[in-house]
Amino acid sequence: MSKIKIVQNILEANDAIAGQNRRLLDKYKVFSINIMSSPGAGKTSLILQTLARLKDKLKAAIIEGDVASTIDAEKVKDHATAVVQINTRNMPESCSLIANMIDSALKNLPLEEIDLLLIENVGNLICPSEFALGEHKRVVISSLPEGDDKPIKYPMIFEGADAVIINKLDLLPYVDFDIPAFRRAVKGLNPRVEFFEISCKTGKGIETWCSWLLNEIKANSQKLI
Amino acid sequence: MHELSITQSIVDVISKKSQEGQVSRITQVNLVIGELSGFVPDCIKFYFDFLSKDTIAEGAVLNFQLIPARLRCRDCSTIFSPQGRDWTCPECHSLSLEIIGGRELYIESMEVE
Repeated sequence: MSKIKIVQNILEANDAIAGQNRRLLDKYKVFSINIMSSPGAGKTSLILQTLARLKDKLKAAIIEGDVASTIDAEKVKDHATAVVQINTRNMPESCSLIANMIDSALKNLPLEEIDLLLIENVGNLICPSEFALGEHKRVVISSLPEGDDKPIKYPMIFEGADAVIINKLDLLPYVDFDIPAFRRAVKGLNPRVEFFEISCKTGKGIETWCSWLLNEIKANSQKLI
Repeated sequence: MHELSITQSIVDVISKKSQEGQVSRITQVNLVIGELSGFVPDCIKFYFDFLSKDTIAEGAVLNFQLIPARLRCRDCSTIFSPQGRDWTCPECHSLSLEIIGGRELYIESMEVE
């Protein structure tokens, strides 16, 4: 009997594929964001609002991750250059997209034609925080009806986010969501995070979010030249 | 289903590693898992028995070293392990906390015959 030292990160295989995805996206100058939230927080609505605002400025593709169904892909397909639906139900990871699912999806997208890739992750606040996909920015949406305690219950996803979007602002008169307390909790974990307060229903705040996104796309493409 | 893909990675890594030496069977695998990593040891065990079947790792025992969350207060530098979900600095009550431990998820070593 002997002992063999290994010391290898178990997520290394996923991270290596995520790195390949990122290099492929950079090669074609495609900026990508990984959109994460609990089910029903407004990932698809944010994508639709973003596409509507930016349709004259850039070409976008969408990867839709869901356990089952093509409902979200149907909703966005007329507004994007291309859409790939991933159903995770029969895959080794059903509660989150993982890097090799994105690797397969990228093979079915016209990367030379697009500027932006929006990846809608499976609705879940735990598993997606573990798996890098190759995205440039990680975006987490919290909506008012979910309550302001989510950063305390699910710290890791907020700690790893580049941007946190507070959605369904139109419901503020009807729900007890303490926005300053929510922002303090997120900021405590993640001082460099950007906040956006929006309503996909009324369109409030979408302009500011889209300006940020355009700036990030521009900054990234300048970095790649 | 969160643990299935990472358990497959564990089986892949230890199988590959065992090819480097004269190994007839893997008897124990020592894993280090942080409290914040979100992976559940019992689930990994469950999938491991299934995924290691007919491999060199079949029958191996998984040992877990669990690492608690460790936080450092950005205001007063106190380092502490939070109790449950109360992430407040015990010294100055700040909420500005950096995670410095508890994310671990790696294979430390294995014992072989």
